[in-house]
Formats: sequence, C-alpha cells, structure tokens
Amino acid sequence: MHQMISCTSAVERLWAYLDQELGDEDSAEVEAHLAFCRRCCGELEFAKHLRRFLADQDDGRMPTAVRAQLDRFIDDLCEPADEGDTT
Amino acid sequence: MLEASDRAAFQRLARDELGGLYALARRLSGRDAEDLVQEALLRACRSFGSLRDHQAGGQWLRVILTNVWRDRVRKDSRGPAEVPLDDVEQFSLYRTLVEEDPFPYSDSLHLDFLGSFSENDVHVVLQRLPPLYRAPLVLRYMEGFSTKQIARVLELPLGTVLSQLHRGRKLFERALWDYASESGVMSETVAGREDARCTR
Repeated sequence: MHQMISCTSAVERLWAYLDQELGDEDSAEVEAHLAFCRRCCGELEFAKHLRRFLADQDDGRMPTAVRAQLDRFIDDLCEPADEGDTT
Repeated sequence: MLEASDRAAFQRLARDELGGLYALARRLSGRDAEDLVQEALLRACRSFGSLRDHQAGGQWLRVILTNVWRDRVRKDSRGPAEVPLDDVEQFSLYRTLVEEDPFPYSDSLHLDFLGSFSENDVHVVLQRLPPLYRAPLVLRYMEGFSTKQIARVLELPLGTVLSQLHRGRKLFERALWDYASESGVMSETVAGREDARCTR
C-alpha cells in the first residue's frame, strides 16, 4: 500500500512523472492518487497537451534577409584562409 | 581555420542546421538570435575537427549555441534573477480555465485555450520568463534535450535543473494566462466562433 498524497503534491510531480524522472516510489504514489482523483487526471491530460503544444511550436522561421546573411557568414567561414578577404 | 577536407562537410552541416539553430537562438535570447548563431558557428568551426560522429552534428551545434548563450548570460552583470515561487506555486492553469470558463460553449475548453495562441504569441510569452527558467523549458520540451543533457550543457546540478523546470512550467502557465487576459486572444477566439455560428 502506497502512502496517500495530496492533490498539490500529485500535481507538483505530474510533469516529472510524464518525463519518467520520478523514482519508483514517487511514481507509484502519483499513480495511486490518479486512480481515485478525477481532477488530477484532468491536470495530467492538460500537462500532456501543454507539452505537445510546446513541442509543436514552429516559431523560428528565418526572415529571408537573415538567412542570406547567415549563408554568407558560413561561406566566409569556409573560405580557405589564403583566399580570404584582404581588405 | 578548417582543413580543406572539412570545409564542405562543415558548410553542409551548418546550412542544413541553420533553421533549427536560429529557432533555438530565438527561443533562448529573443532579439540577439542572428548574432548568437554567428558566434556559435564561429566556435563550431574552430572545433569541427573534434566532432567524431557527423550524424550527431545537429545536436553538437545546438549544444555549442546553448553554451554561447549560457556564457553571455553569465557575463551579464545583472545575472539571471531567481523568482520566488510563492506567487505562482499555487497557480494551476487547468483549474483557472475551469473556474473562469473563457469559452462557455466549448466542449474542449483547455485545447481551445491553447489553440487561441499564435506561434508569435507563444514566443512573446516565453520571452517574458526569466532566462534562468526559460532555458530549461525550451531545451527540454521544445528541443528534446534530456534533463541530464541540460544539466551538462548549463553546468548545473541535476537537482537544480529539475527545480528550474518545475518553476519554469509554473511561470509559463501563469504567463500564458496573463498574456491571454491582457491581449484579448481569448475574446478573438470567442468572436470567431460566434461569427462562424451566425453564418451557419
């Protein structure tokens, strides 16, 4: 029989539980709590949505000018030293 | 700087990974993304010879970029500020949405709330978090680093990373709610739904 934990304690550990970062004992306590607490099951589902929400963000589209600038920077880095800019 | 045989390989790797590097730089530092990418590429170019597994080149570049960012934050005289958790510890976005019920006709309230954010909105929200808490959140949940990798790259004890992740998640939930309340993204979503209902 696992020790009963409060909702606050269970919610605190939900993300770590999903990340499989909890030890066996802590995981078992969270699972025992989820088995009877509907609200914390809702919290768990929402935590899963929020993790997917973060993972699905595609917010890094580069402006064309930045891409061009960085491409030039890479070209310059890869240029042989004796053919480099002598200005 | 590079051996002739390495030039083409580095150029290919850097170009292939540029989009991901820029995304990570933007998430970590916001405004200085381009500069951060340049410094990371410069550092990577200098140590390209040490990269043994070219298949892991993308992850190697992301670690270098994170190191550059970490060094910059450390140099910042203000340093990364810790945030007392008391204010946010009790906050639950899940419960707040149930209690405030911003989408009264919704049967998927929580998903609708998240769906009301554009990618730019999320970027703005993330930038509101102190770097100390933003970085672990970005690296773990957007870049797929393990917590052990984060501890290594940020040079922090694992326990500290886990604690910062917990605070970061709490702060992120709170910042999402605050941003939604201030910016009107929820009312835009509700208005859009009502328009759609009227045109049916």
